[in-house]
Amino acid sequence: MDKAYASVEEAIKDVFDGAVIAFAGFFSAGRPLELTRALAKTGVKGLTIVAQQVGTGNEEILELVVNGQVKKVISNYPFPRSATKGLEHPFEQAVRQGRIKVEVYPIGTFVEKLRCAGAGLPAFYTPTGVGTVVAEGKEIRVFNGIENVLETALPVDFAFIHAWKGDREGNLVYHCTARNYNNAMAMAGKVTIAEVETLVDAGGLDPDFIHTPGIFVKRVVEVGRPKLEKASV
Amino acid sequence: MSGLKKVIIPEMPPLEREMIALRIANMLEEGSYVNLGIGIPTLVSNWIEGRDIILQAEIGMLKSGPLAEEGQEEQDRINASCQFICAMPGSSYFDIETSFAMIRGGRMNVAVLGALQVSAKGDLAGWNNPSRGLGKVGNIGGSMDLAVGARKVIVAMEHFTPGGEPKIMSECSYPLTAKACVDVIVTNYAVIDVTPDGLVLKEAIPGVTAEDIQKMTAAPLKVAADFKEMEL
Repeated sequence: MDKAYASVEEAIKDVFDGAVIAFAGFFSAGRPLELTRALAKTGVKGLTIVAQQVGTGNEEILELVVNGQVKKVISNYPFPRSATKGLEHPFEQAVRQGRIKVEVYPIGTFVEKLRCAGAGLPAFYTPTGVGTVVAEGKEIRVFNGIENVLETALPVDFAFIHAWKGDREGNLVYHCTARNYNNAMAMAGKVTIAEVETLVDAGGLDPDFIHTPGIFVKRVVEVGRPKLEKASV
Repeated sequence: MSGLKKVIIPEMPPLEREMIALRIANMLEEGSYVNLGIGIPTLVSNWIEGRDIILQAEIGMLKSGPLAEEGQEEQDRINASCQFICAMPGSSYFDIETSFAMIRGGRMNVAVLGALQVSAKGDLAGWNNPSRGLGKVGNIGGSMDLAVGARKVIVAMEHFTPGGEPKIMSECSYPLTAKACVDVIVTNYAVIDVTPDGLVLKEAIPGVTAEDIQKMTAAPLKVAADFKEMEL
C-alpha cells in the first residue's frame, strides 16, 4: 500500500471548512510545521484546533488564528504563561473578544480523549479534575471509594502529525520527546496525515521499532528536518 | 480579591528560591521517581546530582538529564518547561498517554508543584489566577493529574503573593487544581505538613518564631512537638 504524497499541499487538499483538526507536538518537539504552514495558505475556515499550545511555542497555529481560520480551540495549555504577555497575544485577545471559543482539559484527560477515540471507546472515568471546574456538569461515579469524572472520546476529522522516519505503508518512528501527542492523535484521526523527515520504502524500517503502525496513517509526505527558531514559553 | 489583610513580614530575609528547592531536595528519598512542575520546583533538579532519583519529564521521558549546554541543544529533546535537556544512561522516551498512565497510575513517588494558594485541608489552587480575567479557562497542563496521581505532593512556593497576602489559608478562593492533595508545603519561611488534624508547623527559618509564622498564615497552625529551625 503506497500512502506517500508528493507535497504537503496535495496531502491536505480535502481539508474542509469547519473541520476538527488535531495538531501534534509540544513546544519545539514533534510539531507538523509544514502541514500547518500549508493549511494557513488554503483559506479553509471555521476550524476547531486540538493542540497542546496555541501561539506561544506554536507560531504556525498562531498564523491560522491571525488569518481568522479558527473558531474553537481544545487544549490544555493554550495561553501564554505570563499574564502580561497574554494581553498582547493575538490568540488570547481573540478569546477575550469572544471570537474564538476555548475548552481546556488536564493533559492526561486531553490525551486519553484522543486515545479512546482511536481505540473504539466512547468515554472513560478519571479521578483527575474531580472537585474542580473541569468536572462541572459531568457525571461523577465512585469506584473503589474514589470519585471519578466521566469524560468522552474526542475523534477528529484530520490529525496532522510529525515523525522522524516513515515508510510508504505509513509506519512511523519518532525521535526523543518529539513522540509526545503524535501516536494518540494518529489514532484519533479519521484522516491522519504524517509529515516525515525521512521517507523510506517498505522494508526500510525495523518492524521491532515501529512506534505507530501504518493502519492509523492515511497519508505520508516527506518534509526533511524542520528548522526552528529557539523555542519560547 | 479575598479580603485578606496584608501582614507584617518579619525582618529576617526569607529563603531564596534556590534554597526552597534545596530544602525539598533534602526531603526526597533515594530510589524515588519524581516529577517537577514549572517554576521553583524545576530548581530542585539543581540539587540532586549524583543521587539515585529519577526525574520524569511529562512530555515523555524518564531519567531526564540536566539542561543542555549552549550549542548542544537537541530540538526534539525538551522538558515540560520547554528547556533543552540531556539524555543519560538509562533514559527512556515514551508517548504522553504512557506518561500520564505513570502519573495517574500511582508510579510517581513525589510531585513537586508550585501553587497560588493551599488550604488547611491540603486543597491546591495553582492553575488559574482570577485576576487574569479568563474565567473558567486557563493553562491546566499536567498539574491536575500530578496533584491527584502522585503518591506524595510537595508544594514549593513563596509564603506570600507579590502583593503581600498569605497564600496558605483556611479555604482556597481561587479555582482548585485538586482537593485534599497536598502533603507538605515548603515556603521561603517554613515547612508545614498537611495532616488529618490540620496544618502542622515543622520548621521555620532562623530568626523567625512559630508565632511569626502563624501571623503570616491565614489558617490555624499546630506547632509540631519536634518543631525546629530549618537546616539546609
